[in-house]
Amino acid sequence: MKLIRELWESMTESLAGLGSVVRFLLRLVAASPRALLRLDLISQQIYNAGALSLVIIMLSGLFVGMVLGLQGFQLLQRFGSEDSLGTAATIGLVKELGPVVTALLFAGRAGTALASELGLMRATDQLSAMEMMAVDPIQRVVVPRFLGGVIAMPLLAAIFSVVGVYGAQLVGVQIMGVDAGSFWSQMRAAVGLRDINEGIVKSCVFGVACSLIAVYEGYYATPTAEGVGRATTRTVVTSAVFTLFLDYLITAAFL
Amino acid sequence: MRKSLTLDLGTGSFVLLGFAALFFLTTQTTSRGISFASPPHYDLTAKFDNIGDLKVGAPVSMSGVEMGRVTKIAFDWKEYKAAVTMRIDARFNQIPTDSDASVYTQGLLGGKFIGLTPGGAETYLKDKDQIGFTQSAFVLENLIGQFAANFMKGGGQSDSGKSKTDAPAAAEPKSTEKSK
Repeated sequence: MKLIRELWESMTESLAGLGSVVRFLLRLVAASPRALLRLDLISQQIYNAGALSLVIIMLSGLFVGMVLGLQGFQLLQRFGSEDSLGTAATIGLVKELGPVVTALLFAGRAGTALASELGLMRATDQLSAMEMMAVDPIQRVVVPRFLGGVIAMPLLAAIFSVVGVYGAQLVGVQIMGVDAGSFWSQMRAAVGLRDINEGIVKSCVFGVACSLIAVYEGYYATPTAEGVGRATTRTVVTSAVFTLFLDYLITAAFL
Repeated sequence: MRKSLTLDLGTGSFVLLGFAALFFLTTQTTSRGISFASPPHYDLTAKFDNIGDLKVGAPVSMSGVEMGRVTKIAFDWKEYKAAVTMRIDARFNQIPTDSDASVYTQGLLGGKFIGLTPGGAETYLKDKDQIGFTQSAFVLENLIGQFAANFMKGGGQSDSGKSKTDAPAAAEPKSTEKSK
């Protein structure tokens, strides 16, 4: 009996959590038009979330692409169809690995920074101070960070995919000796705009989800050192789970 | 002032790079691509009875050396044949007029490509010329159909005899297992 009640309580708690995240998202969207007037704040957040993540994204993309090239070559060679390597690597990167791995890295690199920054602002009463000065902290602090992440994420995913395709080309064509012409022409014949669209939709959705989770966890962090640490951890875990869950949903929707 | 300049530069170059990547993905990896200034070339056409799954962009090669690409595949309603347009690199401008074009397969299951076999003529193919001698794609189903037809006809041939002797041998172990 006690077990059932605990289960019920934890269920209602997580439902309430979901509700408050959605309410927070609506607040952010409502505050967005006014926050858009301060473009300099948003551009600074694009720099923080995007430009500073560029090195890790490009390096990861290169290695993921190289691994795809190597694995794909080994597998396709058995059927004598290693010319399809470009197709296999590009579809894998553009549709799945690009958006998903970028979102995971984004949550780890930019999401944690956002959450701990906002959490520390909360812990040191900076957010309350802003409210006292009649500055809306949501509009001044949270929305620019959220929008910066939302804008940066699809761009990062696209860069990841392109670098990955070149990584696969590097291994497949330069090292393993697949014909460069077949690599590109078979890719162009098989990859459609629909595949690219799927990747763009995914990366936009993941951008919204990861940025939202990061600013939510940071904004509502318990104002202690431990609370900030916990908010950072939860950002990564929740972002990763939601990214993979949404990935399944969008993949199914695009079939 | 200085700090905001580097910030703006960083943001600007990041956004530019991102959009360049999106542009690359939509134009260079897909079939809706925009091709930039192409090197000097000339076009040849050839009509095939069957091109299998030959695709636009497939390589055109002679003796294994790539000389160009397939740029257009159309259907000729007069002859009921597939009309294939090929773009040949201008460096390879000495293909004899009586050359032969065939559709081959790359690897066992790979894509199709066009292989040219040089003829013996002294004159060379020019822009908009048509290759007269063509050979269709090797279609696996047709081959299997032919093989099956031959198989039915020639009952006493060595091929069928072999499989007949093989069949009981393969079936025997199973029956012994069942009896156990």
